[in-house]
Parts: sequence; structure tokens; C-alpha cells
Amino acid sequence: MATLVLQQLINALTVGAIYALIALGYTMVYGVLRLINFAHSEMFTAGAFVALFAAGLLGGVTGHPGVALLAGLATFVAIGLLGVSVEAVAYRPLRGTSRLAPMLSALGMAVVIQNVVMLAGGRRPLIYPSFLPRGVINVAGAIVSYKQLAILAVALVLMVGLELLVNRTSLGVKIRAVAESAETASLVGINPNLPIALIFFVGPGLGAVAGILYASYYGVATFSMGFVIGMKAFTAAILGGIGSIPGAVLGGLLLGAIETFATAWMPALTHGVIGTEYRDIFAFSVLVLILLFRPSGLLGEHVSEETMVYKRDF
Amino acid sequence: MALMPIAVVVVGVFLPAYPLRILDLVLLYAILGMGLNIVVGYAGLLDLGYVAFYAIGAYTYALLASPQFDLHLPFLLILAIGAGLAALAGVLLGIPVLRLRGDYLAIVTLGFGEIIRVLMNNLDWMTNGPQGIARIDEASLFGWRVSTPVDFLYLLVGLAVLTFLFVWRLQESALGTALAAVREDQDAARGCGIDTTGVKLIAFATSATIGGVGGVVFASMQRFVSPESFTFWESLSIVLVVVVGGLGNPFGVMLGAGLLVLVPELLRAYADYRQLLFGVALVLVILARPMGLIRREYGPSWFARKLMAR
Repeated sequence: MATLVLQQLINALTVGAIYALIALGYTMVYGVLRLINFAHSEMFTAGAFVALFAAGLLGGVTGHPGVALLAGLATFVAIGLLGVSVEAVAYRPLRGTSRLAPMLSALGMAVVIQNVVMLAGGRRPLIYPSFLPRGVINVAGAIVSYKQLAILAVALVLMVGLELLVNRTSLGVKIRAVAESAETASLVGINPNLPIALIFFVGPGLGAVAGILYASYYGVATFSMGFVIGMKAFTAAILGGIGSIPGAVLGGLLLGAIETFATAWMPALTHGVIGTEYRDIFAFSVLVLILLFRPSGLLGEHVSEETMVYKRDF
Repeated sequence: MALMPIAVVVVGVFLPAYPLRILDLVLLYAILGMGLNIVVGYAGLLDLGYVAFYAIGAYTYALLASPQFDLHLPFLLILAIGAGLAALAGVLLGIPVLRLRGDYLAIVTLGFGEIIRVLMNNLDWMTNGPQGIARIDEASLFGWRVSTPVDFLYLLVGLAVLTFLFVWRLQESALGTALAAVREDQDAARGCGIDTTGVKLIAFATSATIGGVGGVVFASMQRFVSPESFTFWESLSIVLVVVVGGLGNPFGVMLGAGLLVLVPELLRAYADYRQLLFGVALVLVILARPMGLIRREYGPSWFARKLMAR
């Protein structure tokens, strides 16, 4: 029993770390622009496909381990640049118009990116070669694969890097200033376009790495895989308190845990009435429950629901 | 203005079967678009799961008028039940979300649309799962059997006119004004004593009701329903009908419905690129004409004033 729980905890951490990486992109964009960036889920998908292409150029991912690392870095940069261009083309011209316009534009970009991926990579699911090391170790009876350890390590490195960028550099100060108030930031001489572009570089880059990790973990990639994952990652961002970077990480890990344990225990608890096919519904139920009881999320400052002004603790 | 539906019927009656079916489809999308427009155009909220209400309506008809449970209730009764269930779902979904500013509505409705589809796919004992429900009864209204495309043309034109009059009067009513205030500045609207949560909830539920009615008609038209008809793409198409045609303008929605049904028909050869073109069109329209092809000002009231002035 204890072994089983430990095993599920490790699985939950792995999935949660991936959710957290994606949630970071949603939370940073929402914190600054108040925009639900629907295109973000497609950065995740595009990341997985671009990495496969890059690895192919470098002679295949199964060869030297450096190939995986190099392809991963190239993908981070490529998808980061894609994010910056999407912002410049589709969101910036709409800044300061209605709240609806940029959201619709983001939705359109999501559709465009997903279909470009489909036309380039095919409709059918691709068997995805692992970018991560093979093998397993045994920890107190639970089986931990090197894949899982690598996913956790990569996620940790990226999160610490982001934390340092936002809290220890002058660029980070600018990001936090613009998130607090773009107008006030421009009064003290900060051009909001630079920090916003930076956010649209880092967020999609992290999402793309999450895409590689996810596809390597499950060994398969489809052009439409971003849709549901994106929704879950956004739920994680709300769960943690949207606009908050530590919140996104916490939300991702928690959502991974809720989903893993609910999927494992629900069929037994309800005598098979609620089966594993309802896995995607748990995340959604969590979303509705948070909105009902704590709309500012776990780490968001508790404020009146009507104003929804969040503490943005970048 | 009253001539338009008559013109549609007169043209429609003489059309061959295939174009007539397309015309029926345009009318159905126009009805759905006018319904969704209440939330997107009037209240300024994004609903990405409209298809869920449409599906609720369609499955209500499929379950209550087919051999599935051997129930054969009359069409009008099911129309009322389907509309009621859709409205109920709208209220239940709206309560947790609409207390907030409404940005989250997009993501929650997106999730809700998925949930409804997952449920239809998995509740085999009720919905037959992915196989869907076939041999649905013919619709009949006071003894008039609605079965051929021409019959549906009459039915849909009638419904479209009713929906049009309804949304027009809604827009001009105190509720419509309150929605406009919420859309433009929620805090100011609240300051004027508008119950912002209340009006948003009414708008959401009304829109869901029209979606439910559309679903019932769809099921009686196809006489077959399956989860495949209710994907996210369907929701997105209806959003496009509203956004491309004209946010907050029923005339625009009709134009949008025409374009969204006809253009893909014409581009059948390029079916692979259909969704890509949809996405590009959405971005371009938003960038070039953020209010859609026909602007909000040139709505039914403007048209009526023009007619009076002559």
C-alpha cells in the first residue's frame, strides 16, 4: 500500500512538473496583460514537433546524448521567438482595445499554429523517440524511471532559472514593474514592450520544453495534444493564484497529484461508476471548485471577487 | 425588413435539394449565432463551449423521441424541455464563473464543452456512446409533419424571425442597456446600481436557451446525433459567425452565418486547409475590423429609423 502511494506520488510529481512548466507561461502573460493566451497550448505542441525536427537535423536523438540537449535548447529559442512574433503581430496592435479582441486573436493564433503543426507533422499520432535517458531504479519498492528523474531535474533547473531572472536581474525588476502597472512603469522610463517581449519569449520557451518532456514521457505526440493539456495548465495557474510564479508551480504540482490520485482511486471508491475515462473531468471540477470558493487561488492575495486585482508576486 | 424572410422562403422553395439544405444550415447557424451574440456581442464575454448547450438540446430530442428508450414525446414539448435544460445548465455553469470579471468564462466554457462531449461518449447506456442515436422521430407541429428540407425552411425561417425579434428587443431593453454598461466598464456599471452578476447570468442563460432550441431542431433535421457533431470546432465556428459578421449586430450575424457555411462549401477541395483558413480569418478580421464586418451601430434599430425617416 505504502509502495503504491509512493509510486503514484512520483508519477504525480512528474505530471505536475510538466503542468507547472506550462502554467508559468499562462500566469506570466495573464499577470501582465490580463490575457488568456490560448496560443500557449500550441507552443507546447509545436515544441515537441520542432524538437523532433531539430534532433533529426542533428543526426537523430538516439545517438549522442548531447543531441537531445542541443535540440532542446534550439527548440526553446525557436518557440520563444515564435512567441515574441505572435505577440508583436497578433496581440500588440490590440493592446488597449476591448478585453475580448486579444482573446479572440489568441484563439485564432492557436488554430493557425495547431494546423501548421498538423500539415507539417501529419494527422496521425507520431511515435516519439525519448529525449531522456533510459532505465529505472528501485526506490523503496517503487519504480522510478530515469525519464521521471530527468523531467524533474529539467523542470527544477528551469524554474530556478526563471526565479533568478525575475527576482535577481534588472530585467526582472522591469517585468515586475510592468506587471504591477504598465502605466506607472512607463512614467519611470520603462518601455513596457521589452519586458512583455521577454515574457513572450520565456513563457513559450518553457511550454515548448514541457512539450518535449511530455512527448518523451508518453512516447507519442499528436498535433492536437495541446488542447486538453493547455486547459489543465491554465487550471493549475488559477489554482495557484494567477499572476503568481510560485503559485503556478504549486498549482501544477497539486493538480498533477489530484489528477493522479483521483484517477487511481475513484474507480475503486465508486465501484467502477466513475472510471478512468473521466480523468480529464477531475481537472475541470477542480477549476469550478476554486472559482466557487477561492477565486484568487492559493497564493493569490485574497481580494474582493469583483475587482479581481491580484497580487502579482513575480 | 419584413420582406427579408419572405424573400428567403420564396427563393428557397424553388431551390433544388442540395442548395436548400445549405440554406437551412445557414438559417440554423444564424439562429445559433444570434443566441451566442447575446453573451459575446452584448455582454462582451467569451463563451467557447456554446456547443454544449446545442448538444444538450439535440440529445434531449434524441432521447425523448426515438426508439432508444421507446419514448415518443411531441416536438413542442421536447422543444420546451430542451430549452429548459440548456438554460438550467447555463445558470449552473454561470453561477461560479460570472461572479468574477468574466475572463475565466472562456476557459470554463471550453472545459464544459469538452465534458459534455466526454459524457456523451462514455454514458453508453444512455447515449449509445460514439455510435450515437439513430432513427429519431420526425418532428411534427400541430399535425404538420416537418420532414422535407422545404418544411425545415419554413420552420427555420419562422424561428429565425422570432429569435431576431427577441434579440433586437433584448438589445433595446433595460437589460440590453445594462449589458452594454457591463461590457464597457463593469465597475462603472456597478456604481450605477446594476447587478452585474445578475445581468450577466440572465444573458448567459438566455443564450444557452437559444442554443438548446437550435439543438432540438438540429436533431429533428438530421434524425441522428452522435458526439462527433459537438466538438470544439463547432463552438469555434459559431464564435466565428458572430465575430466575423458583426459583434452585437444580428444583421452581421446573419451575414457571418452565410459566409461561414458557404465559403467552406466552395472550398471543399481544400478541406485540409479549412481550419487553418478559419484561424487566419479570425486573426485578420480581429486586427482589421475588431467589430466585425457590419458594425454594431448599423443594427436593426438603425435600420428601422432609416425606414421611418423616408
